[in-house]
Amino acid sequence: MKRWGWFALPLALLAVLSLVVVKGGTLSRLARGLPPVEELTVDRVRLTPGHITLDIVNGGPDPVTVAQVMVDEAFWMHTMTPERTIPRLGRAQIEIPYPWVEGEPHQIKLVTATGVTFDHEIAIAAETPKADGGYFATFALIGLYVGVLPVAIGLLWLPFLKRLDRRWIHFSLALTAGLLVFLAVEALHEALELAGRVAGAFQGIGVVALGVLGSWLFLQAFGGRRKTAEGGDNPTATRLRLAFLIALGIGLHNLGEGLAIGAAYAQGAVTLGSFLIVGFMIHNTTEGLGIVAPVAQDNPSLKNLALAGLLAGAPTIVGAWLGGLAYSPLLGTVCMAVGAGAILQVVGVLYKAVAQEAGETLWSPLNAMGVAAGLLIMYGTGLLVAA
Amino acid sequence: MSRISRRDALKRGLFGLAGVASVASGASVAKASTLGTHVDPHTVMTGGLPAGAGIDPTAFLTNFDYGVVSKGANGQTVRDYRITSVDRTIEIMPGLFYAAWTFNGQVPGPTLRCTEGDLIRVHFTNAGTHPHSMHFHGFHPAGMDGVFEQVPPGGAFLYEFEARPFGLQLYHCHTMPLKRHIAKGLYGAMIIDPKQGRPRAHEMVMVMNGFDVNFDGENEVYAVNTVPFAYQSQPIPLKRGELNRIYLVNVLEFDLINSLHIHANFFNLYRTGTSLVPHEFTDTVSMGQGERHIVEFTYDRPGKFMFHAHQSEFAELGWMGLFDVNPGEIA
Repeated sequence: MKRWGWFALPLALLAVLSLVVVKGGTLSRLARGLPPVEELTVDRVRLTPGHITLDIVNGGPDPVTVAQVMVDEAFWMHTMTPERTIPRLGRAQIEIPYPWVEGEPHQIKLVTATGVTFDHEIAIAAETPKADGGYFATFALIGLYVGVLPVAIGLLWLPFLKRLDRRWIHFSLALTAGLLVFLAVEALHEALELAGRVAGAFQGIGVVALGVLGSWLFLQAFGGRRKTAEGGDNPTATRLRLAFLIALGIGLHNLGEGLAIGAAYAQGAVTLGSFLIVGFMIHNTTEGLGIVAPVAQDNPSLKNLALAGLLAGAPTIVGAWLGGLAYSPLLGTVCMAVGAGAILQVVGVLYKAVAQEAGETLWSPLNAMGVAAGLLIMYGTGLLVAA
Repeated sequence: MSRISRRDALKRGLFGLAGVASVASGASVAKASTLGTHVDPHTVMTGGLPAGAGIDPTAFLTNFDYGVVSKGANGQTVRDYRITSVDRTIEIMPGLFYAAWTFNGQVPGPTLRCTEGDLIRVHFTNAGTHPHSMHFHGFHPAGMDGVFEQVPPGGAFLYEFEARPFGLQLYHCHTMPLKRHIAKGLYGAMIIDPKQGRPRAHEMVMVMNGFDVNFDGENEVYAVNTVPFAYQSQPIPLKRGELNRIYLVNVLEFDLINSLHIHANFFNLYRTGTSLVPHEFTDTVSMGQGERHIVEFTYDRPGKFMFHAHQSEFAELGWMGLFDVNPGEIA
């Protein structure tokens, strides 16, 4: 146990040093008597008739005291729990009885004890759905339309893929890689964007790095485990596993997407109609194609196909539920980053699988065109949903 | 919206879907009504009066500094005032602290009062951390103007001039950057009474001001006499039938205009207080920065009556108060 003694030595010294810094006041030279840097983030807003509830987070280095609250440039009565001073990384809730107007924006301004102000805009005021049966049904339906059904429809390309020769199978696998890269870039972009809204101390960018690399490392380390446990290298099983990995990556991505959808719907940031829903269905149907491409030369059971489809599509529903009930920029960042990492890992696996089979012809013009086509399809169908 | 991402589009796409879905939740969203909320105008939105405002808003209404009075050589009344500028953090609303620059530790500074023709001697000491000065509105020699005679921290200056003309005057620091020196609180009212006096009345000083607490060049807080909603928390008691006189000063920084409106009544307006004959009979007056008027009115009916800036925004950010007219007393 001598080894652990040496391990603990620097830690013990660090603890002593910390104590000296905190208790000793040796660093008083550094204190300048300036007001503390304050940072408050509104994580979530809930609207019920005549009532606004804010969840706020202190992401700054020091405790922050909220002195007053303004709504639409008027000081407004409110209650704050658990108390007016929020410790570092702490949370608080502010209840404001306010006759907000459906469909119109509202501005909230928090004034701290030192006079610093933090703004939050309610873009379009709408009642926050309650977590009842109707809520779950509505959000399940949203997930069904945007996630589950398009993926399921995409799976139905399997019989068509079966009738293609090997070159074109590889083309469709390359196309899948293109689709996935597009999704990964999109998820990464979304993760980075959300990271900017995460309260500072929670280090949004660090969360992105953790999420992307964490999921990539996890799948890299454990995604192929069963193969070695079984001992044999059954190509059919490998291809099926690849299909499931793709489904998992897409599923994680769709979890993040569902989360964003649920949050947007719950916060009332929803305005358009059926044209866009159809656009999304077309856009997401390609995800189903990606799942079946690796197993085109096999005869996967209906059960396996259904499972893969659910793995890819159903998280949209779960995400939508979560997003509507407990959305926060941090949660959104984590989901999107994990999704991006998972998809990138799957692209790697896909690359290896095709490389094994295609050998010299891996980067044939056809395969290269496949990747490009995958990107273009996502871009093109993306135009359908870009209003 | 500057940028429309796929996910933004998704959000929008869902509205139609909600229509398709119109399950319980969709329907309840459509029905959401906020009409039931009742906001009582008696409710003080900010949690009442702050403990550390540096002034008692009610006392400030009627606090006049007449100076130390003596007689000059030719029988002229001489008034000596002592004003010291000090940095002081004041609590302008419950829990909200502002690092003010003050005359005698208060914002607004003390209301100086004298009679036309008096010799005014203001002994000014700068105990603050920046140069300051005192600039009085009214007649005085060039060297008493407080523009070129900057007083450094630790320095002192004696302002000496004859109080003219009678009316409601204003004093403030005139050090550059001017906006910052005024916004931080260096101002006050000076009343020069006419020799013959004014009719007996219940008098109140109201200095309309505001605070840019986050220093973004806009006020977050509006008030009369510094404390937002002060006279809503503690309505000003008036007597039925008694003449009321408000010495109304606008020193509001950043905003172009400010105003006073009193409810259920009209007032006689004496612009700058320089005439004993009213200029106007109205219920609302708008004023630019530095303008000040004397306002006279009488309430014949008892009850609570609101007064506020008729910029609704200013009113809801603090410039709102109540008169409580006593039913029993007819003066």
